[in-house]
Amino acid sequence: MRVVNHPFLPAIDEPDITIYVDGKPIPAKSGEPIAAALLAAGIRVCRKTAKKGRPRGIFCGIGRCTDCVMTVDGVPNVRTCVTPVKPNMMVETQNGLGSWVDAK
Amino acid sequence: MKEGVKYTGIPSRQELSSCPGIVDTERFEKGPVAVIECVQEIPCNPCEDACPFRAIRVGSPITNLPTLDGEKCTGCGVCITQCPGLAIFKVHKNYTDTTALVEFPYEYFPSPEVGAEVDLGGRDGAFITKGKVVKVQRNKKSDGTTVVAVEVPKEYFMDVRTICRNK
Amino acid sequence: MKRKVQSVVIGAGPAGLAAAIEIAKAGGQVVLIDENSKPGGQLFKQIHKFFGSREHRAGVRGYNIGIQLLEETKELGVEVLLDSPVYGIYKEEDGLLVSYVREGKEEAIIAEKVILAAGGMENAIAFPGSTLPGVMGAGCAQTMINVHRVLPGEKVVMVGSGNVGLIVSYQLLQAGAQVLALVEAAPSIGGYGVHAAKIRRAGVPIKVSHTIKRVIGTTEVEAVEIVQLDEKFNPIPGTEEILEADTVCLAVGLSPMTELAWLAGCNFTYEPALGGHIPVHDENMETSVPGVYVAGDIAGVEEASTAMEEGRLAGIAAAEALGCYTEDEAKALKQQVWARLDALRTGPFGQARFDAKKHILDVAKGGK
Repeated sequence: MRVVNHPFLPAIDEPDITIYVDGKPIPAKSGEPIAAALLAAGIRVCRKTAKKGRPRGIFCGIGRCTDCVMTVDGVPNVRTCVTPVKPNMMVETQNGLGSWVDAK
Repeated sequence: MKEGVKYTGIPSRQELSSCPGIVDTERFEKGPVAVIECVQEIPCNPCEDACPFRAIRVGSPITNLPTLDGEKCTGCGVCITQCPGLAIFKVHKNYTDTTALVEFPYEYFPSPEVGAEVDLGGRDGAFITKGKVVKVQRNKKSDGTTVVAVEVPKEYFMDVRTICRNK
Repeated sequence: MKRKVQSVVIGAGPAGLAAAIEIAKAGGQVVLIDENSKPGGQLFKQIHKFFGSREHRAGVRGYNIGIQLLEETKELGVEVLLDSPVYGIYKEEDGLLVSYVREGKEEAIIAEKVILAAGGMENAIAFPGSTLPGVMGAGCAQTMINVHRVLPGEKVVMVGSGNVGLIVSYQLLQAGAQVLALVEAAPSIGGYGVHAAKIRRAGVPIKVSHTIKRVIGTTEVEAVEIVQLDEKFNPIPGTEEILEADTVCLAVGLSPMTELAWLAGCNFTYEPALGGHIPVHDENMETSVPGVYVAGDIAGVEEASTAMEEGRLAGIAAAEALGCYTEDEAKALKQQVWARLDALRTGPFGQARFDAKKHILDVAKGGK
């Protein structure tokens, strides 16, 4: 959910681009980290662990813990909390360590 | 369960009665006055600079609790929005024969509407009484902190400190 | 040939910005490097009004202080390198070599003086379900709601009653979330009473001697079980309570991010009151490695106000060492900063930090 109303922080811009998460389009704001667009859309699962397939999502928010990594435009292990969105970005829930097979 | 702001977040009766930022009972009868519910020593003194009548004194070290001089305080309320801890209120006990006016800092969306009847709560957020919103004020100097004044039954002038938030 | 400069400041948060400003004001050359795409560190998510005195910019919201600092760096023409994580610091013959990555390439700078202002990171605790999406650091939630303006969840349980837990609970309410409860394992509230009072007025229960027992959910947090603790921090059977939360925020302390100080070979001392292992430094904020200074949370977890003052101190001292100030000029400036630092470290909340900092200075002089 986007924080549209706030007692004193300025009004926020409307989302102006689209990114794709597991094929589904979601709105995003230029300049925001991927994780922010995901949270705005209510998406909190970023990846599944390699051995037991357990769900992981954003934890530290500062680029250190790697719980939020996803495969972005074919590149695995991208930290969504510090990587800004780009128009038509393809973001995928990552299984395990991810792979570079389809990397551009 | 221990009482006091360090255990519950609510100043105890003892902490409030010995608080130098709260004036003596007689002063409340004489017109509007600030109520500084600052009961814990932290390094902080913007209230001292904020008062145009120099009614608030912190001195040195800046961890001293602020002392409010009831004679100098006119109840102008400028200090309310200058306290980073949102710990300063204003009361006018004898607003009318039956009602008091309580002013408190408010930093939530939406602000209440003037004239609205609202549920009012105490230091623990629990409902005390309904009241009428008389003033909703914000300016550049208050930097985002709104001052809300509500009219309440007189007996609650030292209890009402907020608008209840619905869960 | 590596680029040579007079000074490098690593970390553009409040400490690093203040340090770079002081060096530039003194006429020294300074390059400010940060791994993030924007400067300011954690300052821009601090939407509350700061405490302290007028010199500490009390009453000003954190992000406005950040804006003021950034404007000063622009006016002084401080060179800022962003998106440039520093991964190494080495003692070389002609100075201190600072290596970083920029646009995918390794680069390096040799500096006479280096100020480490890398800040602190949030701690974590583990409990059943603590890895589920929806469990996150309180600082992470704060960044999301105040900087990126998105809610990471709607019904929050906050763990920890230090100032971070109290303030972020308040800010979550301001952003439109509900805070179902704040749990604190200790028998008393760790942060300021005024912060606790604000959330009590908003109806948020503060449960001291309580902690999280487990989080329930399959792919995300669906519910949270809390439990009361006895005076030995053992859970009391039968006191469990289930809260229908979708988010858990952990506000369980910060630790200094000292990797670069370790790499540089600095001596350390262990100070629990300041968050862990701290690089030993003297009154000039200089470590045991000549030319390497520290400032801010890397030198002990405190607050933004102390970070800025320590940054100023390190900047003034580095400028003095570079010859930009005479000994007397620098002494006067440093005394003013020390007076402001001492003022921030008084009272029941500051005393432990004051004592710990004093111990660090003693260790620097050869004490234990």
